Amino acid sequence: MAPPSSRRSGFSKKQQYSVFTGYLLATLGALAGLGLLAISLWQPAIFQPARGAANDVVSPVGEATATVRAGSNNTWDAITGFWRAGSQNAALRREVELARIRLAEAQAVETENRRLKALLGLASQTSEPIAAARLVGSSATSARRFAYIGVGTNNGVKIGMPVHSERGVIGRVLETSRFSSRVLLLTDSESVLPVRRASDQTVAFAEGRGDGLLRIRLINLGLNPLEVGDVFVTSGAGGYYRPGVAVAVLSEKTPDGGIARLIAEPAATNYVVVEPIYEPLAVEASAVRARDELTDAELED
Amino acid sequence: MIDRLAPPTQRRAYGSGGINRVVSPWRAKSVHYISIMLGSLLPLWIIADVMPLLPPLGYMMFIAWRVMRPGVMPIWVGLPLGAFDDLFSGQPFGSGILLWSMTMIVLEIIETRFPWRGFWQDWFTAGLGILLYIVAAMTVSGAPVTSHLVLAAIPQVILAVLLYPLLARFVAWLDRFRLSRSRRIG
Repeated sequence: MAPPSSRRSGFSKKQQYSVFTGYLLATLGALAGLGLLAISLWQPAIFQPARGAANDVVSPVGEATATVRAGSNNTWDAITGFWRAGSQNAALRREVELARIRLAEAQAVETENRRLKALLGLASQTSEPIAAARLVGSSATSARRFAYIGVGTNNGVKIGMPVHSERGVIGRVLETSRFSSRVLLLTDSESVLPVRRASDQTVAFAEGRGDGLLRIRLINLGLNPLEVGDVFVTSGAGGYYRPGVAVAVLSEKTPDGGIARLIAEPAATNYVVVEPIYEPLAVEASAVRARDELTDAELED
Repeated sequence: MIDRLAPPTQRRAYGSGGINRVVSPWRAKSVHYISIMLGSLLPLWIIADVMPLLPPLGYMMFIAWRVMRPGVMPIWVGLPLGAFDDLFSGQPFGSGILLWSMTMIVLEIIETRFPWRGFWQDWFTAGLGILLYIVAAMTVSGAPVTSHLVLAAIPQVILAVLLYPLLARFVAWLDRFRLSRSRRIG
């Protein structure tokens, strides 16, 4: 098909000018886009109010799709459960017996823990969750991994707060608006989380790779002590996440650590909770640069 | 060659109707914009935690409308539609404005160079456009471009390119709806 001839300007001066203006506006639009892009890469928070307001409007629809998603997940699980039901049943029985024994052991450890803590005079810190919400959306077409939750500053959510599901860490709040917030998922390539191996104190960083896997980078280099199947939990370093929340399972070893899979997959979760920042003082302290000078008022304190 | 600026066969495409073919002016002027904006919104409600799962539906609707009906949208339309897409896509604000505006300009240039087109050429043009868009959007997304990121985007690119003919049929159906007769006289 040839382009319609109605768009040829011909000898009409008016038509010629309008075609020219169209090209001019398009070029100006592209230049404006380039400028805005440079600004938002330089200062990512600057367009946050516009994005936040837009997401406030569409997040109620996300609640509906989240409900449907939860329902369809359950149906699919029920259907897949019929396959290999017998052998699975036997395996589960064995697992439950083992789990009962471990549970009894864990209870013993817990009581001993409480006793020792009482001896030391440590107050047990339990942090009340700020809010519970559904994941209402995500950036499904972009190379970045963001999710949106249906609670915002009106529910007390603040930037930096960790987001957990019942299985483990999902991510942390990156931007907030009144009724919705944007969450940086662990799989995003800009996400870094301090972790330790659950069985000992081997500390590492869990970095998102952008393809759904986490890269575990050991802090102490040397002989790589990790083994496939090791579970990693948050170490509490950095002050954002409380220690001891499950993060990932190692699936592959590399010279400087390993590749790990997520324990809490956002697509499979129903509800998430926003928790308060574990140590706000530590977060504040990490914002102070080495070369910042104290003011006179601070020196007097 | 002397030809009329708006021959009658072309007139319907831009919403002027004919005898007893009166189109609804609101519908004729809004269906393409609404469908593109819905395409921008739709991927937001899918949870993609592992990799980019969905093709950029907003951009694909946009390029399909542009290829199917050149001239129905003004050439500067990449600015408002791209800005709307930026609000929901998770990209830094401005990347949509830049890439969508450049798409309009480039397609205009291609069209003056190759005025006669067909199905395969349209698919090639749109597919190349989608591929370049996904790569460019990844580059400006603010994350360092690693081999893992590129590998994760390959299924998305393949799906997007294969989906385009289907989307073009859908856009053609929307276009028929846009220009269908709004009331029957007599």
